[in-house]
Amino acid sequence: MSKKRIILKAENISKQYRLGTVGTGTISHDLNRFWYRIRGKEDPYLKVGESNDRSTKGTSEYVWALQDINFEVEAGEVLGIIGKNGAGKSTLLKILSKVTAPTTGVIKSRGRIASLLEVGTGFNPELTGRENIYLNGAILGMTKKEITSKLDEIIEFSGCQRYIDTPTKRYSSGMTVRLAFAVAAFLEPEILVVDEVLAVGDAEFQKKAIGKMQDISREEGRTVLFVSHDMDAILKLTKKAIVLENGSVVFKGNSDEAVRKYITSKNAIKTIQSWETIDSAPGNQYAKLKNIQVLNSKGKANYDFDVSEEISIAIDYWDFNAENKNTAIIQIFNDYDVLLFSSNEFNAPEWERFHDGKESIINTVCKIPSNFLAEGKYTVLVAVGNYNPNRIHLKIENALTFSIRDNFLEGVVTVKKNIGGNWPGIIRPLLKWEVTKEI
Amino acid sequence: MNNSEPINEEWLFEIKPKNNFFSLNLKEVWRYRDLLLLFVKRDIVTVYKQTILGPLWYLLQPLFTAIIFTIIFNNVAGIKTGGVPSLLFNLAGVIIWNYFATCLNETSDTFKKNASIFGKVYFPRVIMPMSIVITNLVKLGIQLLIFIGFYIYYVAIDKFAFQLDNKIILFPFLIVIMGFLGLGLGMIISSLVTKYRDLTFLVTFGVQLLMYVSAVMYPMDLIKEKLPQFGWLIEYNPLAYVIETSRCILLNVGELSVKGLLYTLVFTIVVFLFGLVIFNQTEKKFIDTV
Repeated sequence: MSKKRIILKAENISKQYRLGTVGTGTISHDLNRFWYRIRGKEDPYLKVGESNDRSTKGTSEYVWALQDINFEVEAGEVLGIIGKNGAGKSTLLKILSKVTAPTTGVIKSRGRIASLLEVGTGFNPELTGRENIYLNGAILGMTKKEITSKLDEIIEFSGCQRYIDTPTKRYSSGMTVRLAFAVAAFLEPEILVVDEVLAVGDAEFQKKAIGKMQDISREEGRTVLFVSHDMDAILKLTKKAIVLENGSVVFKGNSDEAVRKYITSKNAIKTIQSWETIDSAPGNQYAKLKNIQVLNSKGKANYDFDVSEEISIAIDYWDFNAENKNTAIIQIFNDYDVLLFSSNEFNAPEWERFHDGKESIINTVCKIPSNFLAEGKYTVLVAVGNYNPNRIHLKIENALTFSIRDNFLEGVVTVKKNIGGNWPGIIRPLLKWEVTKEI
Repeated sequence: MNNSEPINEEWLFEIKPKNNFFSLNLKEVWRYRDLLLLFVKRDIVTVYKQTILGPLWYLLQPLFTAIIFTIIFNNVAGIKTGGVPSLLFNLAGVIIWNYFATCLNETSDTFKKNASIFGKVYFPRVIMPMSIVITNLVKLGIQLLIFIGFYIYYVAIDKFAFQLDNKIILFPFLIVIMGFLGLGLGMIISSLVTKYRDLTFLVTFGVQLLMYVSAVMYPMDLIKEKLPQFGWLIEYNPLAYVIETSRCILLNVGELSVKGLLYTLVFTIVVFLFGLVIFNQTEKKFIDTV
């Protein structure tokens, strides 16, 4: 067993932020802190604070963006850091790159850290490409000599040879990014911290960028900390990863497992949700949710659908509304969180008759036709409310999920027929074409 | 993972919640010296890009200020400048004052103005204000050219005769004091501005007011003579000594007070060190509050 050298170590890193605006309260807190400090006591505001869950309403003015982060990185290792928006990735990166200091804890390092939280930091549009290479390189920690020795390589990698003596304000945005990444790619720190800078440039350049990252870690044996939303890139580049959730490390280990853990936590398969008792069910005195499901044509809860299948969204709820007529509402979102459409129970012919003001259980099914939605993953928002006056009694985002694929089933006609590859468009309706032919 | 071999190797550095009180890392600043020069170059090259007069603007601003001062303070108000051509007197005052004022004004904005760069990448933050002071030094050099131009003019045409003596070696030293004073005060203010924006407003007009008690457009004696009850304002103002002494060296007008210069030197060192400490403390966390 070869002994590894730990090059970077984070011990109990926490970071506290104060919410709201910096205003008149600040000076009183500062004075209070100072008063505690000169008496040799602990900062009184360190004890307060809540975990940083964006969606919940907290009571404290202080939140912990990071709490007790511990990890070690071996020399030559590529560590992935993944997590949802607001999980604390950026805060961790900022601390690692010394942009801000942790509230508690310490990071120990045996190598120079260079960070790429953004490409092209400090680019001045008035300066030429060449001048900007020097300026940006120096900002990232290179000396003039180092840059001069790599100048030709940098220019070649960027592919901007023709424009190199033109002010960068004349560059297209893509060219600026290429030039900026090229500078960063030739940094030579022992530890490189990279935020999602790969999500820039065209496909060809992205490939080049990923390749360069692989070279950096594999051939040059440097340590890389890589933060990304792109699970593909994480899997390609890293062997180990940590998953952050609400400011804490929830998983440390193989990237494969980490990615799986991350995806399921975000896009968990939810084909059925039901509530046993009225008390535990979401809702208010007008309506309570009982049971929601995604069903296939056989009436079974299902996640994977073929594009040629009809999808049923079933919603059962207790209706206590004596004043107005309740309606169930669904909204369908695709993987990019685009709302495709919303639909209401009141489109049913029986709706008027069924909502007669008496307490009852309403069982509804909305049918999404076959050959209508494009391939992909979908989430369903479920709500119950009434209109005029408009009132929402309950609403659950991400209540259900399902996925649609074109499996090219035999004897099934779809939009794609038998053509492979991605099909453009966010929906994929099978439309009627009328064709005549003249000779 | 704790059972990895016991490593005797030292950690290269640690990232901790707070800087030690005097942890200015000079070695690190030295490593980034190229960046310092590139910032200076950038600031000088880009300021007057796409202007027709270019660096001439550096010359016009002090020249016109000096002309207006001459008209108002000397011709209208009748302040005597001790046998020295008033324009030359004012030009010397304005140029040196300007160096301090621009250093202070620009460095006091360091954290706020560079928040976008500072928020993305680390380099010793003190590089930024240092580059401003050096950039302005270059500007000062250019502005001194116009002073020399008028000097020669007055000597040739106006028969204004004055022999420069070996006191001139004090002049660079005075400029350095001015720079450090501007830098020190600027660092203090820029650190406080990250939390309390009020100071931004204070600085702009504060610097203007300060000019009137810094003996820029009048000899130091004049105030002591005419407004003895406000004499202390000048007496305790280190800037007044620098300007008065510079004029004494360059134009042989006013007095060279050794006591005043020593006071100025001590004041500058204290302000500068205090500025460094507070700047150093701020640079770690300012990004959260700026």
